[in-house]
Amino acid sequence: MRTDNSSATLDRRVPAAPALRREPLGQFSATRAAQTPRHTAVVRITHWIMAASILGLLATGSGILISHPRLYWGETGSVYTPSLIDLPLPMIIGPSVWNRPIHFLFAWMLVFAWFAYVVAGLGTGHIRNNLLPYKEDLGWRRIWSVVSHHLRWKRMSTDQAGIYNVVQRLIYLGVVFVLFPAVVWTGLAMSFAVASVFPLLATSLGGFQSARTLHFVLVSLLLLFIATHLAMLVLVGFGSHVRAMISGQHPRESRSAP
Amino acid sequence: MSTDFTRRNLIRAGVAAAVGGPALYYGGRHLLLPPDYRSVLGAGETLSYSAQRLVTSNQSLAREFPRNQISKVAVVNGRAPTDEVYRSWLTSGFNGWRLEIEGAVARPSSFTLNDLKRMPAESHTILHACEQGWSFIAEWRGVRLSHLLELVQTQPGARYLVMFPIPNPQEHTGIVRLFWDSIDMADALHPQTLIAYGMNGGDLPPDHGAPVRLRMSRQLGYKNVKFLSRIVVTDNIEQFGTRGGPGTWYGGI
Repeated sequence: MRTDNSSATLDRRVPAAPALRREPLGQFSATRAAQTPRHTAVVRITHWIMAASILGLLATGSGILISHPRLYWGETGSVYTPSLIDLPLPMIIGPSVWNRPIHFLFAWMLVFAWFAYVVAGLGTGHIRNNLLPYKEDLGWRRIWSVVSHHLRWKRMSTDQAGIYNVVQRLIYLGVVFVLFPAVVWTGLAMSFAVASVFPLLATSLGGFQSARTLHFVLVSLLLLFIATHLAMLVLVGFGSHVRAMISGQHPRESRSAP
Repeated sequence: MSTDFTRRNLIRAGVAAAVGGPALYYGGRHLLLPPDYRSVLGAGETLSYSAQRLVTSNQSLAREFPRNQISKVAVVNGRAPTDEVYRSWLTSGFNGWRLEIEGAVARPSSFTLNDLKRMPAESHTILHACEQGWSFIAEWRGVRLSHLLELVQTQPGARYLVMFPIPNPQEHTGIVRLFWDSIDMADALHPQTLIAYGMNGGDLPPDHGAPVRLRMSRQLGYKNVKFLSRIVVTDNIEQFGTRGGPGTWYGGI
């Protein structure tokens, strides 16, 4: 049956949802919407566990940071050495004592939810169908057209509602498969016990203080993503899209998926 | 076909993790649970502790640095005591001070500073970090804690060491912070764990915990009890609590 090699590759790339691609998209939302939820249960549950743990991590991370709001490069750094970044925050000794263990508790929550999301996402085809960009979309012209569309404040046409565009797909993939692992990596690199087994975790980054600085930079990127994510939600209808992530129902007047 | 294959494998991996996790947990219960696992933050504490005890071994050593990388300034949070007894100890070279080791040991003993200095010594140039985030590199010189434990012959089944600093008459001032703490056998027997009496080629400075302090390479600063005077080996940590200061028992990750 598989005489043509290229079609076999194509089949693997978009296997479960040929209908989703070729069928007019308006028809898709009419016929499939009633049967399939906007977001599957695993996506909904892990989304909120991850959201809650990230909120907790940001709060406790700030508590740790304010105990020494100076960032360095290399292995060592203190008030007696020059800093790379001096955050305009007061230095308050104390909060790190209890914020650290709470930080790790939320970190474990995030790691478990991430793991469940990735395993389920690979198993159900969510990552392949909803997050992996179409090959023909992967060009600067296509990406720029989506960006300029947004920049000119144009609504996405209704037939694209409920399907992520190439920019969204790349950003979600980047957050899930690059940003999250990198934040965990830089976090683990700060652990002397973990680094005693895997010294490369720290040495490859330039040292203990470099890992700490990169942890902060990566979290700043994560904050940028969260701000954009929330801003897009507000633009397309905050309530209905939050409800969609809770109940799985399709948002009524969906303009585009955040 | 390939899709089903992957999916089945993923489900299997998920089931293995769901079943294997608790099995490992209960199987290794007596070595993988930190003493404060029942506390509010016990879940995270237990996960961090057990994961690290599974991953690390007695052979996993913290990185050592060349001596030319020793930091110019070694930061200190808690200053040395300024009471009469400590000051007289400083002027007399800690004459009269002794390190007592007792509890679940066959030969309870006490050692003078000179006793310790006559034992096999070693130096480690390693990174020291505070949980606040600052760090420095220093060379610590002392005797392995495992050597002392061999001399006093710890009883099998002993799991923890409770480390007590010298009595602190200035406790109420809050400036001098002499917290007692406890560690497990894995940290106590680690080859880089020293009872340190020297630092950067000289004696251990008062602010860094003279006459001797605990120095563990895989733990943060606050677990390395300064101004040591008594070590109690025990299999029953509950009678002590877990540590004198604030924060959770296992400072790791």
